[in-house]
Amino acid sequence: MQTTLSIALRFLLAKRRAMLMSLTGIAFGVGFIVLTQAITAGFQAFFIQTILGADGAIRVADKNQLLAVSIEAEPALNGKKGPSVSVKVESDRKYIEGVVEPRLQIEAIRRIPEVSGISEVVRGNVTIQSATREESAQVFGINVENHLAVSDLGKQIVFGSVSDLRESSAAVMLGTDLAKRLKIRLGDSVLIAYAGQSIRYRVAAFYETGVREIDRIRIYMQLEESRILLKRPFGATFLQVSLRDPQRAPEVAKVIEIITEHRAASWQEREKVWLSVFMFFRILAAITVSTIIVVSGLGMFNTLAMIVMEKTKEIAILRSMGFTRNDIASTFMLQGALVLMAGLVLGFALGALCTLVTENVPITIRGIFTTDHVVVSWDLSHYVLGGIMAAITVAIASWFPARRAARMEPAEIIRGASQ
Amino acid sequence: MSTDQKILPNGSSDNVAIRCQKLTRYLGEGEGRVHVLREVTFEATRGTVTAIVGPSGCGKSTLLYLLGLLDRPEGGEIWIGGRNLAQADDALRTAVRNEHIGFVFQFHFLLAEFTALENIMLPMKKLGRLTRSAMQERALKLLDAVGLGAKSHRLATQLSGGEQQRVAIARALANQPSIILADEPTGNLDVKNSAIVFDLLTRLAKENGQAIVLVTHNPEIANKCDSVRPMRDGVFVGKEIS
Repeated sequence: MQTTLSIALRFLLAKRRAMLMSLTGIAFGVGFIVLTQAITAGFQAFFIQTILGADGAIRVADKNQLLAVSIEAEPALNGKKGPSVSVKVESDRKYIEGVVEPRLQIEAIRRIPEVSGISEVVRGNVTIQSATREESAQVFGINVENHLAVSDLGKQIVFGSVSDLRESSAAVMLGTDLAKRLKIRLGDSVLIAYAGQSIRYRVAAFYETGVREIDRIRIYMQLEESRILLKRPFGATFLQVSLRDPQRAPEVAKVIEIITEHRAASWQEREKVWLSVFMFFRILAAITVSTIIVVSGLGMFNTLAMIVMEKTKEIAILRSMGFTRNDIASTFMLQGALVLMAGLVLGFALGALCTLVTENVPITIRGIFTTDHVVVSWDLSHYVLGGIMAAITVAIASWFPARRAARMEPAEIIRGASQ
Repeated sequence: MSTDQKILPNGSSDNVAIRCQKLTRYLGEGEGRVHVLREVTFEATRGTVTAIVGPSGCGKSTLLYLLGLLDRPEGGEIWIGGRNLAQADDALRTAVRNEHIGFVFQFHFLLAEFTALENIMLPMKKLGRLTRSAMQERALKLLDAVGLGAKSHRLATQLSGGEQQRVAIARALANQPSIILADEPTGNLDVKNSAIVFDLLTRLAKENGQAIVLVTHNPEIANKCDSVRPMRDGVFVGKEIS
């Protein structure tokens, strides 16, 4: 192995310019894979963090009731005895809007070890009126302590204090977008109307989740106050559940559905469309950037094929002095491996450096989340992905020339060289 | 792999380093197929130099490549160290080449990226019997023996044609093989270098009791050998000249 490695190294250095091109291509390819994955994964993680912070890992809503129908088989003909069966058919599920007996459900859900917090929410469509404007909005009646445990609401407050909301039933908390539309300031009063009845509240705080659809419509108030406003003395619209490991939301949601007979939607299910979009961009970026590696692989294939053609006599003499076909193949595979290793080291360094620089690049994004700079994710898997892509390409690029070199018959080469 | 001296078939003595029987070889395909070797039988004993002479295309080199296990015959046997290796698997043939056969070709075929010393050490490294320092010591001894001790660290490309061929001889002797096969070893050298190379090859091989089989067109070289086997149209002709 050491001998074949030293032969590989010498052959490689004899073609250092061509190999340097392949090495550069691999380094750039790997570096860009790392960078694009860091950015796309960074934004995806930030989006997930935003939606978990706003809507929690699981939302339990709507009681479902299975409608099982038994269909009896027809009686046997002519009074003859025959098998008597009935088939139980599960028809469509019937959904009853909202959570029935929320306290019982909360008690049941709390027993699941993965669950870290539960918040009961009463929601209703309202109109909100400031001194100058009126907007449609949604009231979210919450128990402040419970909701802070299942969301990032505490961190999302940009003006005012959550303690006002906790202490006063007349206090409401508005999203920044809604506040801008209503042109109101902290401490202003607003009139919230539901089913023809209006109640006046004081704006105690403004929050910003970063999700425009939330920040423009949600009004948080105390749970008991929302029951009065929305005339819902019992029940809840949904339960917001947080988990110790949000990645396990789909399986925990299934357990909750079985236990509570309520529909439970994990964040992965709720945000399926956006998550698909992010995945699409990650794959697209990986494929696009991989072309750099593929082109480098082609260059390496050419160089190695050229070395094989130029070194036929050397291959013949190595075979004649006892080097096996595997030794010869290894010599060429090792040349690829040496370039790969150097390319990976440079590529990883380049990727990390670019990620570091990009992290501080200013960019303003509003809509599905809010950020003022590029969000990146530092994850070993991006480096592994870049490494695997490069390794596969180099292995293929080296394997064909190596196989050709190993198959050479020394007698034919020597006979040809001597003529 | 060890190939102890054993009695070879047909009453050959253990002094025989290599023996072939009824070797048959065709080259080419279809209408261009040529019967190059026609049931050739040959043996080479230790400590002797045998020259195979004959016109171009008579099958000398083909026979040499078959004896050196670089090629496979269509028929016949090749006995080295008590084994018939004519149709042995590639791994065994390669191992036998490494341990028992040294080649010297018309062109030196040195690895240009390696120094003279490193070129000689390559077969030793493959065999893996000696330590690195022992390999280096032996390679230096061989270089001294071929008169190139002072140029051991020169790249192959920094040596003259004659010097390169001398390095190739040293490389062929590196693993102390029992058989040296030389295909026109002086064919690419001037008269002076030819004489030096031939004398070196035969002296070193005889000192070690190796069998040398030499293919040559040069009558002066052939006349210096212990025996000469003329060849024509794929068979040995006439009597062995001693």
